[in-house]
Amino acid sequence: MIDDWVGHLHSHRDSPVSRLPAAFKLAVGLVIIVGTVLAPPRAVGWFVGAAAFLLITAVLSRIPPPFLLKRLALLSPLILGVALVNAVQPAARGSWLTVAAKSTICLLTIILVSNTTPFSRILRVLKAARVPGLLITTLALMHRYLFVLVEEAERMRRARASRTFTRQRGARWQTLSTVVSQLFVRASERAERIYDAMCARGWK
Amino acid sequence: MHIPDGFIDGKTAAATVLLSAAGVGLALRQTRQRLAPKRVPLLGLAAAFLFAAQMVNFPVAGGTSGHLVGGVLVAALLGPSAAIVVLTTVLIVQCFLFADGGVLALGANVFNMAIIGAAGGYAIYRLVSRWLPGTRGQVAAVAFAGWCSTVLASICCAGELAWSGTFAWPAGFTAMASVHMVVGIGEGLISALVFLAIRRMRPDLAGEISGPAPARQWSEMACYGLLAALGVAIFVAPFACPWPDGLESVAARLGFDQKAVRQVVSAPAPGYQVPGVRWAAGATAVAGAAGTLVVFGLALLLARSLVREPKQETHPTRP
Repeated sequence: MIDDWVGHLHSHRDSPVSRLPAAFKLAVGLVIIVGTVLAPPRAVGWFVGAAAFLLITAVLSRIPPPFLLKRLALLSPLILGVALVNAVQPAARGSWLTVAAKSTICLLTIILVSNTTPFSRILRVLKAARVPGLLITTLALMHRYLFVLVEEAERMRRARASRTFTRQRGARWQTLSTVVSQLFVRASERAERIYDAMCARGWK
Repeated sequence: MHIPDGFIDGKTAAATVLLSAAGVGLALRQTRQRLAPKRVPLLGLAAAFLFAAQMVNFPVAGGTSGHLVGGVLVAALLGPSAAIVVLTTVLIVQCFLFADGGVLALGANVFNMAIIGAAGGYAIYRLVSRWLPGTRGQVAAVAFAGWCSTVLASICCAGELAWSGTFAWPAGFTAMASVHMVVGIGEGLISALVFLAIRRMRPDLAGEISGPAPARQWSEMACYGLLAALGVAIFVAPFACPWPDGLESVAARLGFDQKAVRQVVSAPAPGYQVPGVRWAAGATAVAGAAGTLVVFGLALLLARSLVREPKQETHPTRP
């Protein structure tokens, strides 16, 4: 479970794309996304052009294609849902094909940007764009302890699974919610320690 | 419920980004003013906690599993402004790091999950827990608010998608609302269980981190309520209400050219074709109203069964 999410990030792989400045990549990504969202359904030229540009970037970025395909496949249930709803009741405008094309192009853009740019660089760009400091601090701390807490949750889940053998559904809900609440308690205790450490290093 | 890019169009993205930016800006200001410096790292850690907690799967009937969204839980633990900051952080990281939810759709996601889900859910939590005192009342309030926030957020999501022309309102509303009325039961149950367990383990942590003066807090909630109401008026009301919408009638009264306004404000789903769908949307709304009462009763029963003997469970099992 954890590997699917966390273990396959490629932001530190060296490639011509990952050496580009983060602000440039974010700006290009934003232009592609805004252009694609605003493009009328008939603007096939824009969709083909954007897709071709993204494919070239994907090859240059040296991200393994199976990884890209797996991430893009996560979108399919949503597109399928919209297609199903529209099958019951044809929408007034647009069609699920347009939605599928638009969302695939945008998703590929985000995947390419996020997997060629370390998150700290993205944060630096956001800071330069005058995003409030409290939000930046919170984002940086979350990113720093995200993997720690996910691993801690996984450890607690494993420890619980190896000790409890109940088949009662109610008891399972109880123990799982104890795991989650324990995780919150540990996170807040860690936050207290982090504050002490920050003060010891001269924060504010 | 994370909307990807491409599912909502430019005008919806712009409207949601404006509403969310106002809400998050207000939340950041409130948090910065009232949060003790000692608690600043807790925001980041709470966001990391929420992310990790969303990965713990709970068994749901029939072998499927669900997971926590946690807006109401975090709001009940940390207060509404801090919860908006925490949920926004989680959504930004999910968007930029894991490509979960779109960049232009970030405004819509923040509006649905942070402003409607967390702040709106918190308002329901406070109303119910004021009415039902004690730990039992709080647990029932968290369970009920968890369900309500899930359903409300999904209805807003359906409204945004319908306004974008991605799907038509009656069918989309029926699908989204009925699925989330079931999903919400899990959310309410998990939120209540976790909230109660934290209260029993560390009662000092289960208060709000920024103890506000009540008067200030009401003005704060009023601001979020205004934003939420504005969003609902834009995204949901034009579809849910059979009368000509407010903007149109105002324009007619003021003598504007009505046609010009009609082009800006999209007509409520003119092209529906299956007659049963319209009926289904109405039935969903009625079922939702009845479901709210049922869930409220269930929340009371849950709290009653959980908080009967508080002495027995004061020593939690350390996993």
